[in-house]
Amino acid sequence: MVTYIVRRLMTAALILLGASFLVYLLTAASGDPLEEFRANNSPQKQALMDSRTQLLQLDVPAPVRYFKWLGGAAQCLIPFANSCDLGKNIAGQPVTDALGHALIQTLTLVTGATVLAILIGITLGIITALRQYSTLDYGVTFMAFLFFSLPIFWVAVLLKEFGAIGFNNFLRSPDVPLPVALGIGVGLGIVAAVASGGAPKRRLTVGGAVFAFVSAVLIYFSATEWFKTPGLGPVVIAIAGVGIAFAVTLLSAGLKNRKALQSALIAVGVGVILYFLVQPLLNEATFLMIVLLAIAAIAVGLGIGYVMGGYDRGQSMRAAAITSFLVGFLILLDRFMQAWPSYFNNSRVRGRPIATIGAGTPNIEGDFWVLGLDSFTHLILPTMALILISLASYTRFTRASMLEIMNMDYIRTARAKGVSERTVVMRHAFRNALIPIATIVAFDIGGLIGGAVITESVFSVRGMGFLFLDGISHIDPNPVMGVFVCVAITAMGFNLVADLAYSALDPRVRVKA
Amino acid sequence: MAEDAVLNSAPAAGIEPVLESKGLSQGQIVRKRFLGHSGAIIGLVVFALIFLVAFTSVGYLGIPGWWKYNHEQVSSLVNDGAPTSSLWPLAWGEHPFGQDRIGRDLFAMTMRGAQQSITVMVVIGLIAGLIGVVVGAISGYFRGWSEAILMRLTDVIIIIPALLLAAVMAQMAGRRDSGSWFAAFASTNGVLALGIFLGLISWVSLARLMRGEFLSLREREFVDAARISGASNARIIFKHILPNAVGVLIVNVTLTMSAAILTETALSYLGVGVKAPDTSLGLLISQNQQAFATRPWLFWFPGLFIVLICLSINFIGDGLRDAFDPRQKKFNAKKARAGAASTAGTPPEKTAVSAFDGSKDS
Repeated sequence: MVTYIVRRLMTAALILLGASFLVYLLTAASGDPLEEFRANNSPQKQALMDSRTQLLQLDVPAPVRYFKWLGGAAQCLIPFANSCDLGKNIAGQPVTDALGHALIQTLTLVTGATVLAILIGITLGIITALRQYSTLDYGVTFMAFLFFSLPIFWVAVLLKEFGAIGFNNFLRSPDVPLPVALGIGVGLGIVAAVASGGAPKRRLTVGGAVFAFVSAVLIYFSATEWFKTPGLGPVVIAIAGVGIAFAVTLLSAGLKNRKALQSALIAVGVGVILYFLVQPLLNEATFLMIVLLAIAAIAVGLGIGYVMGGYDRGQSMRAAAITSFLVGFLILLDRFMQAWPSYFNNSRVRGRPIATIGAGTPNIEGDFWVLGLDSFTHLILPTMALILISLASYTRFTRASMLEIMNMDYIRTARAKGVSERTVVMRHAFRNALIPIATIVAFDIGGLIGGAVITESVFSVRGMGFLFLDGISHIDPNPVMGVFVCVAITAMGFNLVADLAYSALDPRVRVKA
Repeated sequence: MAEDAVLNSAPAAGIEPVLESKGLSQGQIVRKRFLGHSGAIIGLVVFALIFLVAFTSVGYLGIPGWWKYNHEQVSSLVNDGAPTSSLWPLAWGEHPFGQDRIGRDLFAMTMRGAQQSITVMVVIGLIAGLIGVVVGAISGYFRGWSEAILMRLTDVIIIIPALLLAAVMAQMAGRRDSGSWFAAFASTNGVLALGIFLGLISWVSLARLMRGEFLSLREREFVDAARISGASNARIIFKHILPNAVGVLIVNVTLTMSAAILTETALSYLGVGVKAPDTSLGLLISQNQQAFATRPWLFWFPGLFIVLICLSINFIGDGLRDAFDPRQKKFNAKKARAGAASTAGTPPEKTAVSAFDGSKDS
């Protein structure tokens, strides 16, 4: 095992050296950094050219410059020396600073999108695999192909037009006319009826219930101007919490496990009581406090499960912990909604909250909640675009993997010995279907920090992709090299992690020593 | 082989065992399965239509087409450039897709863009397929030092971003004054140069797949038998192994091609692909995205054609994968549903796991 890892790391280092040499030469050969001065007729033309030549050491041949750069980059390998030197960009700014800034921007943009895409994609994949050849399956398959064929810049422009400009116009006078409310209700009702499956009667009931609920909610929202002063309130949190408790128990323990269900419901009750207690505390919120509160919520859930006990204490603890975490999330959401009017009327936002470019409103001032809403409104459109295009591969992959597992002999054995369908799907099939998915997830996380070059350029997010594109267009090798080295190291590292994870998860696969 | 296993096992609900039992050749089975895949057939028809219209309407390689405008021609604005085509009553009009701000016909421009996309796609598919097969075959069949060198080369190329290479190529092609043969070629055949260049870097995943196929096929008994009867290496590769690997090859070339369209449009959008005065679907969107509020049709039609071409190629690829997969049976959902009541079992379906490989936004 150790020899395998060491050998992989050695090869990776050699590949990185070769590839970085090529990238440096290519960037240097891609054009003339002095071009913008040559056409210039200003008197300091020669001085400008000289200063840039000196800054980028253009009098030295490119291969020699590469080795100089490598000498600086090698100092990054010395731990705690703080002597990392990746050169300077064309404006004279150290690349390490620019990289640090860009990395934060990229990670805030891409992390949420990737996590959501993985969660939604895997869920859809499992549902379509369980309902193979149903209308839902065909619909999702077609949507997967469609999303996979969409150019992201096209989607991004559409989202900007309808998601930002259109929605902002709607927010100016947020009333939903009755026909529109009924229409949306009918649409969602049809989707629910198709998705629910089963006998026609059941489909009709589900579709009708969804139609009535959605239409009623929209009419209520329109009448109370909910979109201007949104909020959930303790009642909605309690109702949604009970729903969450049932759903979580159904998936994690099964509704027959009464102790687990009771633990989850108690967690909801505690959450609703805590809703009133934490409000003053939340007014002074910081990021650290939210993280601590989330950990506390999980701990409270675990405690409730432990006290309730039952024949399977672990299941009760798990159900209660997940439920209390989700209820805590609802309380957080409610607090963000309470901050919405003050954000909406902020002098910098001026009633047009959904932003089309950038990662934050310049010079905005406000507390934690307003700033949080600000980054949310800036992230929502690029996140949606990224989710749309990366959803397809996760859905298709999970579906294929799940179908293969569901036909295995041990699934038949599990059914034959009388295990409930929930346990067969969640415990026997799902866990094994996740093994191949774990590898592509690892690949994708490895590719995360490369950022999404096109998405970043469409939404003007100054992340890694922007730095890279900017470096290429200015024929500036140092930022390009900085981005390249970061991306290549994480990609190859996660490649190795993916291989090791596969052999750890699936004992039939052994790495070659 | 696979067919024997199929004949011996009882057919599950909805699966028609007809094809294998008639004694058809492998090629006939594949063709029948492909023709039975309705998504793939629809994809094929749509693609053929787009192909025909795109290449005949505005002409290609100097041959004039039947459409009265070309993509550079400026004419006076009709109805402020709005599309003149309508579904009811079905009419074509003077400028069916509308005109841009200075009066160029959008139909001609979109068709020219579709030509470019299809050209790039075919060139990339051919080059990537060819290099991928050669590299994969050599490294998988001969092993040893040639495999070590070729696979390390693949590793190096796979981590160099395509965007950088495209930018370098665009810069080199832009230097017309330097007078190199490459600049001269690229300035006249911009899209061809782009296709060749992208083909030269997108063979790496194909090469890895083909190497895997060759590695497993070369250990099979029929290869041993051929070698014992004195077949040369070339004969074993071309006559014995390659025909068995051709399914994987065709399917993945198709997927590479559909990804190539998106790559080309994305590069053109970023300004390092096809450049004005020539046009491409990505370039059209990039030029017209600011005008969305005033002239939305300039944005809708090129995007629609990208999606249509890419979607039809993806469906064709899906059909090919099902057709070449020996475990895949022709499946009839209605019969399965009727049979499910009596047999109460899920019909087995095995799908190749490599549904999509590679992300398109890099």
